[in-house]
Amino acid sequence: MAPQAAAGTAGPSPAPGGAATAVAPAPSNVQDVPHAATPPGPLDAGLLAAARDAVLGEAGRLGCAHAELRAERIRSQQARLRDGRLEGAADDTEVGLGVRVVVDGAMGFAATVAMTTDEAAALVRKAVDAARVIARAGGVPVELADEPGHGALTWASPYRIDPVDVPLSDKVGLLADWSGRLLSDDGVDHVTAEVLAVTEDTFYADLSGTEATQRRVRVHPVVEALALDPDGGFETMRTVAPPVGRGWEYLEGDGWDWDAELVELPGLLAAKVRAPSVDAGDYDLVIDPTNLWLTVHESIGHATELDRALGYEAAYAGTSFATFDQLGSLQYGSGVLHVTGDRTTAHGLATVGIDDEGVPGQSFDLVRDGVLVGYQLDRSIAASSGLGASNGCAFADSPLHVPIQRMANVSLQPADGDGPTTDELIGGVDHGLYIVGDKSWSIDMQRYNFQFTGQRFFRIEHGRLAGQVRDVAYQATTTDFWGAMEAVGGRSTYLLGGAFNCGKGQPGQVAPVSHGCPAVLVRGIRILNTRQESGR
Amino acid sequence: MSADGLAPAQSVVDEALAAALPGSDGCVVLVEETSEVEVRFANNTTTTNGSRRDRRVTVVSMREVDGGRAVGVARRGGDVDVAELVGAAELDAAGSPPADDVSPLVQASEAASLSDAAARFESSPDHTDLSVLSEVLAGLSGAFSRARSGDYVIAGFAESRRTTTYLGTSAGVRLAHAHPEGALQLVARGSGGATSTWAGAGTPDFTDVSIGEMEDRLRSRLAWSAARLERPAGRYEVILPPEAVADLMVNLAFEAGGRDAEDGKSVFSRPGGGTRVGDVLSATPFDLRSDPREPGLECDPFLTATSSSADTSVFDNGLPLGRTDWIAGGRLNRLRYHRAGAARSGVDPAGFISNVVLEVPGATGSVEDMVARTERGLLLTCLWYIREVDPETLLLTGLTRDGVYVVEDGRVVGAANNFRFNESPVDLLARATEVGASVRAFGREFGEYLNRTRVPPLRIPDFNMSSVSQAS
Repeated sequence: MAPQAAAGTAGPSPAPGGAATAVAPAPSNVQDVPHAATPPGPLDAGLLAAARDAVLGEAGRLGCAHAELRAERIRSQQARLRDGRLEGAADDTEVGLGVRVVVDGAMGFAATVAMTTDEAAALVRKAVDAARVIARAGGVPVELADEPGHGALTWASPYRIDPVDVPLSDKVGLLADWSGRLLSDDGVDHVTAEVLAVTEDTFYADLSGTEATQRRVRVHPVVEALALDPDGGFETMRTVAPPVGRGWEYLEGDGWDWDAELVELPGLLAAKVRAPSVDAGDYDLVIDPTNLWLTVHESIGHATELDRALGYEAAYAGTSFATFDQLGSLQYGSGVLHVTGDRTTAHGLATVGIDDEGVPGQSFDLVRDGVLVGYQLDRSIAASSGLGASNGCAFADSPLHVPIQRMANVSLQPADGDGPTTDELIGGVDHGLYIVGDKSWSIDMQRYNFQFTGQRFFRIEHGRLAGQVRDVAYQATTTDFWGAMEAVGGRSTYLLGGAFNCGKGQPGQVAPVSHGCPAVLVRGIRILNTRQESGR
Repeated sequence: MSADGLAPAQSVVDEALAAALPGSDGCVVLVEETSEVEVRFANNTTTTNGSRRDRRVTVVSMREVDGGRAVGVARRGGDVDVAELVGAAELDAAGSPPADDVSPLVQASEAASLSDAAARFESSPDHTDLSVLSEVLAGLSGAFSRARSGDYVIAGFAESRRTTTYLGTSAGVRLAHAHPEGALQLVARGSGGATSTWAGAGTPDFTDVSIGEMEDRLRSRLAWSAARLERPAGRYEVILPPEAVADLMVNLAFEAGGRDAEDGKSVFSRPGGGTRVGDVLSATPFDLRSDPREPGLECDPFLTATSSSADTSVFDNGLPLGRTDWIAGGRLNRLRYHRAGAARSGVDPAGFISNVVLEVPGATGSVEDMVARTERGLLLTCLWYIREVDPETLLLTGLTRDGVYVVEDGRVVGAANNFRFNESPVDLLARATEVGASVRAFGREFGEYLNRTRVPPLRIPDFNMSSVSQAS
C-alpha cells in the first residue's frame, strides 16, 4: 500500500514566520564510538542502560537464541490550515519499550508504554510465553540470518533545525502566509495547507552486542489550491515538493524553492480549469519524477520485497508477480531499467544507521539492465530463502510494533553521464502527455495492474508542450510499462520523492520511504478519461 | 501505580484538570487505554505475534486570545509527566490564533443521559491477552494440517483489542467507554497461488466466530475455482457481497462531511453552492445510518476528539451521540458537522460514529439467493486497494480480490480473472437493481479501521470493470 507527493529546484527563501530554535548534531553515517552510546534527546540514559541489562539478562536466563530491545520516543507535530485559518493541530509524543525474542525456534513480541526496568524484564517473559504458546499451533521453526555484533553506534539524519521544536505559532504563521499568497489570486477559491514534522529517537540493543542510538528527522509540507468551476465541479492543484529527511530548514528554502512553487500554482490551476478533457487512448508519456516516484514505489518497491514474494503477506498487502524462482531471469523492464535499494541516501526517509534488527544500512541492486537481480530482506526472510545475510530492511513504526520487512529507499537510476534533459525527452514525442505530480494511486495485490492520476497533464505535440488536459489516469501492467520505457533522463532530472505513509503488516504499520528517479519516456501507455470511467 | 506500571487513568484526568484550571479558559483530558494481542500466520505456519499495553493522554487547553478563543492540543504516551503535558497544550493555545470551531464545552447536564458511561469512569480499563485467541490457536493447528494435505496454503490474522477511553473536562463531565474489538481473517491459496479466497469477520470476543466454519467456506470456494474462465474488461452484471459493499459504504460515509460539501469540494456539493441534502440519490429506498446503540454494533455513545478537523471539534468532547440517518429512503438526509459548523450552517450537529448500517427496509435474501436468480453475471468476494480518483463524483478505483466467480443460469460455474474497477458508491446506490438482507460484514480493506458494518448484498447491472488484473 502507500501514499502522497513530489519536482525540483532548490534555493533558500526565508520563512516569514521564521525563527526556529535548536541545533542538533548532523553526522550522516554510522560511527563507531569507544563507549556505550549516549541516547539522543529525551531518552533517559540511565533507564535505557538498566532496561537493556534487564532485558538481555532475562533473555539469557530464559534461553533465548535472540533478544532485542527497542526503546523509542517519537515526537510529531501537525498543523492544518483551511483558507488561512488553523483548522487543527496536534503535538504528539509516543514512547515505549518493545522486546522481541526467538526461543525454542519460535518468535514472540511484547511491548508497553510503561518505561520501567521491571516492565522491561516482564516483557521478556511475556514474549517468551507468547512464543511458546503460539508455537503449539505448529509450523516452521523461526530462524534469523546471522548478523555479527556491531558494538556501540550512534547515528543521526542530517538536519539543522529540529522541526518539532519550532513553535506551533511559527508553523501556523508560515502556512498562513503561504495560504494568503494563493488566496489573493482571484482564480483560487479555497486553500488547504498542512505540515507534518517527526523526530524519532531510537535505542536498540541485542544479545549479539549491538547497541545503537539513532535520531531520524523528517518533514512534509503540502499546500493545495482549489478553484470552483463556474459550470459546476472543481479542480485542484497541489504543491509537488516531496517529503524529506530534513529539518525545518526545508520550509525555509533549504532544498526547495517554495516561493517559486507557490507563485506558479494559481496559473497552473487556472489553466487546468480551462483545459479540455483528455481523449482516452494510447499515448507516449514523459513522466516527471514528482509523479514517477509513486509508480516506482508501487510497482517495483513492493514487488521486490521478498516476504511478499514468498507469500508472507498473502493475507493482507499481497504477494508479488516477481516470484523467487525468477531471481536473475525475470525481464522486469527495458534495458535502461536500473533500480537500487538503499538505506543510506542523504535525506532519504528510509535511511538509517542500523535497522531494527541490528543490521547496518546499506545499498544494493534490485533490477539491473532490466532484469530482477535482488530483493529487500530482513533477517528471517534472508534465512528462510537461503540468501544469506539481511540487507537491512527491518523496521517497526512504533516501539509497540514488531519489526517486519519494510521498504528501503527504492530508486530508479538516471542515465549515465550527460543523459537527456526533460525537454529532450519531450522533444522525442510526437503525440503524448507530460505528467507532473502524484495524486490517486492503486495497484493489485501481486503488483501487476496499476492506475495512477497526477496533478497536471500537459499535451505534447510534435515535441513541444501544448497546454493542459484534465480527467487523466494512466493504467498499465507493471512489466509492460517498464518494458515500454525507452529512455531515462540524466542526473539533472533526478529527484528524491517519497511518502510518510506506506502501509503494510497486521496490525497495520506505516513507514516513511523515499524514491529517487529521473524523468522518463515510456511509449504507448493506456490513458483513461476519468469522467468517462464514471459513466458521465 | 497499578500492576502494569501506570498510574490509574482517573487520577491522570484529575491531575491534569487540576494543573490546567488556574490559568486556562477550559480544559479537556482524554486517556485512551489499550490492551492488544495478535497472531499472524502464512504459508501454513505462524509468523509474527505481539501483545502490547498502550496509553495515550491528550490535553486540550482553551484560552481567550485577541479575537476569540484559541486551542492547544498535546498528546503523550505512557506514564506521562502531567505538568509538562498541560504546559505544552497551554503554550500552543497561547500561541495560536482564534479557533474556527469554538463552542461552549459540553456541560455535565447535557451528558446526563450517559449514566452508564458516567459509571464506567470509575472502573479499571479492560484487558485482553492470548487466552482470548486460544480457540483460534487451537483451530489453526488442524487448519495447517488440512491445508497441507489439501494442497492449499493458509494465511491470516487474528487480533483482539480492548480500548477504554476516559474523558474529563473542566465543565464537570466524567465519562468512559470500553471498546472491545477483534477480527479474524483467513486466506486460502490453491494451485500454487493461482487461486485465492478469503473470509473475514469482526468480533468483540471471538465467541461468535469459528475458524472451522471459515475453512469450510474457503474450501468450497476453492472448489469453485477448479474451472478457470477468462473474462475481458467491460461492464458486467455483478453481485456485490456484503464484504464489498461494506468497504464502499465506509468510503461513502467518510466523505459525508458538511464543510467540504458546502465548500464545493465533494460529491455532496450542489453545483452553484450549498449541499445536496434533500436530493434523491437513489430510487431504491436505501437507509444509511450510524447509531452507537445499533444492536450488535454498539460503539462509543459520546464524541471524543483528540484534534479538530473540518467537521469534528475538540470543543464537542463528551457530546452524546445518537442515531444519525445519513441517507433516508434513498434521499441524502444529513452530513457531518461539529456544533460550531452546524450553528453557522443552520443545521443540527452530527458527529462521527464508528459504525455504518445500510439497508432497505423489508429487503430479504442472501448472496446465494441472488446467485440463484442470476442468468449471467459475476459474483465477487471482496475489493482491494480502493482509492479515490475523482472527489467530485466520488469515483473510486480498486481491484477485485480473492475470487471472482462466473454465474450462469443460477449457479457458479467457475472462477474468472481479477479486474480493476472504476465506480462511485453513490452511483452504485442509484443503479442497484436488487438489494438483499443486511448482515454484519467485514470489509476486506477498511475493516481494520471500522468493522462494525451491517450491509446487504447488491446487484449492479453494469459494473465497470475497467481492465483485467493478472493477479490471483
